[in-house]
Order: sequence, then structure tokens, then C-alpha cells
Amino acid sequence: MITAATIAIFIAMFLAILRGIVGPTFYDRILAVNMFGTKTVLLIALLGFVMGRPEFLDIAIVYALINFISVIGVLRYSDSNEFKHHKNPPDRES
Amino acid sequence: MDVLINIFSGAFLLIGSFLCISGGVGIIRFPDFYTRMHAVGITDTLGAGLILIGLMPLSTDVFVFAKLCMILLLTLLIGPTTSHVLAKAAMHNGLAPKLNSGICTQADEEGTGSLNP
Repeated sequence: MITAATIAIFIAMFLAILRGIVGPTFYDRILAVNMFGTKTVLLIALLGFVMGRPEFLDIAIVYALINFISVIGVLRYSDSNEFKHHKNPPDRES
Repeated sequence: MDVLINIFSGAFLLIGSFLCISGGVGIIRFPDFYTRMHAVGITDTLGAGLILIGLMPLSTDVFVFAKLCMILLLTLLIGPTTSHVLAKAAMHNGLAPKLNSGICTQADEEGTGSLNP
């Protein structure tokens, strides 16, 4: 059952990175990256049990913290005009 | 007892996997940023929590159990916070939600530009 959960996590990660590539707005991409990071934490925890090395859980804790900090850090800069969402983008994709 | 532990953890892992895949389908299929965030924000928290609870009976050590509890607490704190911050930033920067014109006539009369400060 752990292997099935690992495969399900892989499928969810693939779908998330698909949305991250085709996402029309900037926030869709951040959402996809956040989901990818959460799924990566789960994947590391599951792989630790699959491979019989539960020490991987330390890496999972660190990855969860880094994921949170990076998303908050990117969103902190979205207040500037560089990332402002336009309804009709002038010449570049927002 | 061993069979009972395996059934317990297997059921939790199965439900968690289903929720993770449904979140992946939701982020692909939904039409709007806010609906996508709804799908991901719910299924991330609940699916991750269920998978981690399903891993807890399989732990061989007290420290492994404690680390799994720590990851569960971190996930429960981080997921809703990130969703909140993401929705607030998107709303603040003028990303208008896609509204149905038949339902929300007032918002259409005022125009979606009213969301911009």
C-alpha cells in the first residue's frame, strides 16, 4: 500500500507541474509550486519507509520549512508593480 | 495485531492517495484561479494529514513517530497559511474571480474593475 501511495503522489506531482507550466497567471504557478512542494514532503516521507530508512523524515521536515519560506518570500515581492496582474497584459505574459 | 495495524495504515494511505489525486485533477480541470486554490488547499491539507497518519503505525521507533507528528503539525499549520496569503495577494493585486453573470448581476454592473484599489 505504501507503493500505491507513492505512485499516487507521483501522479499528483505530474499534474501539479503541468499546471505550473501552462498556468495563465503568476499566481497559478505559485499555487502549483506550493502543491509540488507539499507533495515532495510526502514523497520523501513515503520513500523513507519504502527503502527502510526512516531517517529521511529529517529531510522532509527541512523541506516543508523551506517550501513555506520560499512561497511567502515570493509572494512578498508580488506587491511590487513588476508582478501586478493586468486584465489585458500589454506586451508580455503576466 | 499485525494484521490490524496493516489494515489501519492501508486504509488511511488509500484515502490520502485518493485525495491527492483528486487535488491534482482539480488543479488541472477547474476554470479559475480561486477554484483551483480551493481544490488544492483542501486536498493538500487533508491528503497529507491522512498519509502521515497512515505512516504512523508503521514506525519502528519513538523518534520516527515524533518526527511524523512534527511533519503533521507543520503541514496543518503551513497549508492554510499559504492558501490565505496566496488568495490575499491575488485579490490585492487585482486578479478578479470569474463570476457567473446570471448569478452575480451586481458585480457585473459595477464591473470587475471595482476589485482594483
